[in-house]
Amino acid sequence: MFKIGSTILKDIRILTRDKLGLIFMFVMPIVLAIVITAVQNSTFEMLNTNTVPMLLCNRDTGEAGKQMETAITKVGMFNLKQVTPNVPDKEIANRMHNKDAVVAIIIPANFTQKIKQKAEETAKKALKNFGMSTDSLTLTDSSSAQPITVLYHPVLQESFRHSIQGALKSSLLMVQNKEVLKSLYFSLNDTDLPDSLENELMNNQVAINEIPISRDGNRNIPNASQHNVPAWTIFAMFFVVISLGSSVVREKLNGSFVRLKTLPTNYLVALLSKQITYLFVTFIQALVVFSIGIWLFPFMGLPQLNLPNDIAGVVIVTLICGCCAVSYAIMIGVFAKTQEQANGIGAVSIVLMAAIGGLLVPSFAMPSSFQYILKLSPLHWCLESYYGLFLEGGKLKDVILNILPLLGITFIFQLITLYGLKRKNLI
Amino acid sequence: MEFMNNAAVSIHDLVFTYPGQLDSCLSNLNLTVQQGERFGLFGPNGAGKTTLMHCMTGLLPYHQGSIQLLGHEIAHHKKYVNKLFGFVPQDFSFYQELSPKENLAFFGAWAGLQKDEIKNKTAQLLEVLGLAEVQNKRVEQFSGGMKRRVNLAIGVIHEPRILFLDEPTVGVDVHTRHAIINYLKKLNEAGTTLIYTSHQLSEAEDLCNKVALIDEGKIIAHNTLQQLMLDHKEEGLEGLFINLTGKSFRDA
Repeated sequence: MFKIGSTILKDIRILTRDKLGLIFMFVMPIVLAIVITAVQNSTFEMLNTNTVPMLLCNRDTGEAGKQMETAITKVGMFNLKQVTPNVPDKEIANRMHNKDAVVAIIIPANFTQKIKQKAEETAKKALKNFGMSTDSLTLTDSSSAQPITVLYHPVLQESFRHSIQGALKSSLLMVQNKEVLKSLYFSLNDTDLPDSLENELMNNQVAINEIPISRDGNRNIPNASQHNVPAWTIFAMFFVVISLGSSVVREKLNGSFVRLKTLPTNYLVALLSKQITYLFVTFIQALVVFSIGIWLFPFMGLPQLNLPNDIAGVVIVTLICGCCAVSYAIMIGVFAKTQEQANGIGAVSIVLMAAIGGLLVPSFAMPSSFQYILKLSPLHWCLESYYGLFLEGGKLKDVILNILPLLGITFIFQLITLYGLKRKNLI
Repeated sequence: MEFMNNAAVSIHDLVFTYPGQLDSCLSNLNLTVQQGERFGLFGPNGAGKTTLMHCMTGLLPYHQGSIQLLGHEIAHHKKYVNKLFGFVPQDFSFYQELSPKENLAFFGAWAGLQKDEIKNKTAQLLEVLGLAEVQNKRVEQFSGGMKRRVNLAIGVIHEPRILFLDEPTVGVDVHTRHAIINYLKKLNEAGTTLIYTSHQLSEAEDLCNKVALIDEGKIIAHNTLQQLMLDHKEEGLEGLFINLTGKSFRDA
């Protein structure tokens, strides 16, 4: 016990004197958590609270063009900037290049006419299907109708573009449906659709009730902090490979290791000490990042991190994640021949495992072939365990199926380390 | 196997071959170092000195022959044997980020000492080796000579019965060399057997009372320095060295 205590003390002393290493271990996760949360939060707010700047050029003088404008406004996703109808497309594009807006919509001059024409055709087809006379109507090809033009700035990401496209299609559908309804009503009743009925038909939508599933019955929708803080804490924990991997290599390469081998103490004591010391470091890392999420984020305009009810579960999951991260770092240190090798392999492999594990892109959004590979990443199981607690409101027993693979991977790392030590005649 | 009761180190028919090599680095080597000797092991570069030193300290596992330290076979009683000897490698074998006191505390614990023993021994060693005033400063700020003394202090903190020294004075000034050699002599007078290698032959003449020359993995001469000089009609260790090992480069 005295030996292990002395070794831990030695490791802590060396660790605390490595200022650059400390900055790397503690400042890096804080910066990552703040930056990524801020970025994701602003993206979230852009779609939900803030608005996408949009240029609107309505060249149509009819009713449908105005309705389209109203429908787009009602979507609430866009910050509309009106462009006079006589401004040419090229000028609109130039304004977009000048970052006036990232998207522009041009409603063509004959938009109302074309919408009405299409609505009549649809009504006629519907009446024909009902077995009613449609002699008074003639079918015309409306496919040549000039479409609504949407201009996108290239910086707009594909997922964003799809969201905007969905919102515009929804607006267009609303305008079209209104015209179809009017046309049908007129064909059947020879009078215009009453405003009250139009409102009833068009605006009385069935409400969508969004409920996040949670194990503890909590109905709060998870915010960007709930997603990012645990994810980047895991990333930081595994990044101890830079400090710890190097420390193992340094000890192997410098003379102290030769002396250690001639002393009546097993080298496993040194590794156990590193395991305990750095497990403590990873725990402190999590404590610091979580504290910042809880107490500092609100002052920075970021959503507050809400800790799960099962605090003991968070502590245990944090310790297991830390243990896995430390085991991985020691394994890299045992096999690496130089510090540069340990740093390079360690850093690249952590980024890869983070990508595979769903830290950079949600695992459900990955190609099906990756659904099996991601299970090999310990970061995936760490993330799933944390998400089970932070997002699903689960308890430790609810994430046990994520913890078991994590423990299994940790055990494999330890076995490989022992094999490496034996093979190199270090134990 | 029988061993001599007075032997600090007893080596019989030792063969050592590095993995992947066909030729043996040490072949059928026999050597006995008596307790209380100040034994010098010399030879040209690549002769097998470091390999033999590493075999004797258990750093290199041997598979043929026998090495006993104070009657205990290293291969069979490594943990026990490790308590009997100290090792002062040529490289600085400590943590440069720590102070001499912190290094001694750590290595003392690994050598099996208790807290009080470490405290007493540390104070004594730092005083004797002139490091008391800098005991709390980080070693990385020290001169080469001070680092050599820290290296030596760590090797003797557990009061080993045999002390292996691999070039303990390389790169130090004359004052530090004298201090180290004098300290080693005092240790020897107190009963510690010294096993020493160096290329500083004048220093070796001053320190060693028994020498062995190793070449091509074999002991080619082993006796008191005076007897060897008499046998080979040489007046110093350097002449004896050249006489027995030749003048050609060995590590070319």
